[in-house]
Amino acid sequence: MKRRNFIKNTAAASAFTGLSGSSLMAMKPKSKKHITILHTNDVHSHIEPFAANDPNYANQGGVARRLSLIEAVRDENPNTLLLDAGDIFQGTPYFNFYGGEIEFKLMSMLNYDAATVGNHDFDNGVGGLAAQMPNADFKLLTANYDFSNTIMDGLTKPYEIYKREGLKIGVFGLGIELDGLVNPKMFKETTYLDPVERAQDMTRTLKKEEQCDLVICLSHLGYQYESDKISDLGLAAKTQDIDLIIGGHTHTFLPKPVIAKNKQDKNVLINQVGWAGINLGRIDFYFDETNNLKSEGVLINV
Amino acid sequence: MRFIFLFPVLFFCLLSCKNNTLKLKEIDGKQININDSLSQVAKINTFIKPYKEHIDKQMDSVLAYSTKALSKTDSEYNTAIGNMMADAVMAYANPIFNKRTKFNIDAVLLNYGGIRSALPQGNITMREAYNIMPFENRVMVLEISGKKVNEMFDYLKHGTAHPMHGLHLVINDKGDIEESKINGAPVDPKKTYFIATNDYLQNGGDHMDFFKNPVSIMDLDYKVRNILIDYFADNDTIAPVQDDRFIKI
Repeated sequence: MKRRNFIKNTAAASAFTGLSGSSLMAMKPKSKKHITILHTNDVHSHIEPFAANDPNYANQGGVARRLSLIEAVRDENPNTLLLDAGDIFQGTPYFNFYGGEIEFKLMSMLNYDAATVGNHDFDNGVGGLAAQMPNADFKLLTANYDFSNTIMDGLTKPYEIYKREGLKIGVFGLGIELDGLVNPKMFKETTYLDPVERAQDMTRTLKKEEQCDLVICLSHLGYQYESDKISDLGLAAKTQDIDLIIGGHTHTFLPKPVIAKNKQDKNVLINQVGWAGINLGRIDFYFDETNNLKSEGVLINV
Repeated sequence: MRFIFLFPVLFFCLLSCKNNTLKLKEIDGKQININDSLSQVAKINTFIKPYKEHIDKQMDSVLAYSTKALSKTDSEYNTAIGNMMADAVMAYANPIFNKRTKFNIDAVLLNYGGIRSALPQGNITMREAYNIMPFENRVMVLEISGKKVNEMFDYLKHGTAHPMHGLHLVINDKGDIEESKINGAPVDPKKTYFIATNDYLQNGGDHMDFFKNPVSIMDLDYKVRNILIDYFADNDTIAPVQDDRFIKI
């Protein structure tokens, strides 16, 4: 028994001494895992690019171009998720004429993985949203709209866990307070739940119970307010265990993703890419083997 | 002898490539602009084509001409594009309201957030009307007390350039009201006033609480967008201006 141990140890030891420093480093890329998150928000039925004479966004945006960019990223890294932070509907005649059918069918063609519910997604009523759900091949995620007394009951989920290369990515959705923003005749008996409390429920589930490697919040709360209304910055500060908040609602063109601090003084990344499909957000997460001899910090390049 | 072998073994284990010890190490984040440097995926355009053709047939008819580009961010307190919308609502809604009730609308109040896009210089088509006002909101005329009109001025003094007509508001550099008038006269708290707005604001949108529980309410069943379309169709040239209806001194 002792002898067997000795032989095993010897074999391992000689294997180690046989490896040079450079070949040890060479193991890293092999084991390193890479998850890419692509995201949009507030696309507002902008299917075609803006016209050449548009005062602000001439020739920008367009679903056909967005897909060529998405395809290029997926070729580079198949472990890519495509997410949207709400307000898919309303903004061009495509919505007035077809009620969101084109928007949902195109998002399905682009293989979106998930979206959350924005206030304008109620613009044809909770019934108008439900009517388009058969066209959605992606998950509609909301943790703080309780649809149980509406026709949307059962058509959304609070969160979804995506497995890519053995890594678990938990994604949950948060919506903005509807009172004062959406006509009650439109949202009917949808109940708005406290987003901070629900976010804590979600992170407890996703990080603690499900042991997700990444937790992403799709938020339609808005980036920042002068009042104390809950925003993405407020959400980041009041919660823990969220790695990335993908925001919307305020149509904020962040020049680059923002690094905020959470309740535990750890970094949370917040990103929002304006509106109308003018920009696509891209966040790359690189995972490596634990090396206790090195610092535990995460390097963020924005 | 055995101890000497164990130490490198332990070191080796720490460095070994086990999947269950993977940890987030590095994050890169950026925004990528979608512009004409990217190719268009053909299957998307093929899918869109029949819908687009149907919409374009209706959208591309020229209704008017705008002498310059107009945006709701052009100026503070009141804007040319907002004034155009509020003035058009008064011009097109009041004849209908008067015909039905024999009363006249005193003022119009819409919301800044309801101006959904800029108006380009040049030809104005049906599409511009949809871009500015994609929502299906209808004009509602609300009869409210003079007291509620004063609450309205208190709401408006915070400075957002909400489209308005028939209201005159002057605030000082402290943000207090220096002068407020409705339909050319100071507010009479004993009177009631007819305010044209949209069903979104009437239903609590933007927390314009002075529109809650009005004395009377009339749904004109006239969409704000259709008012814009009618206004564009009736005017060859569009050239609204910023004026003194809401100013800070």
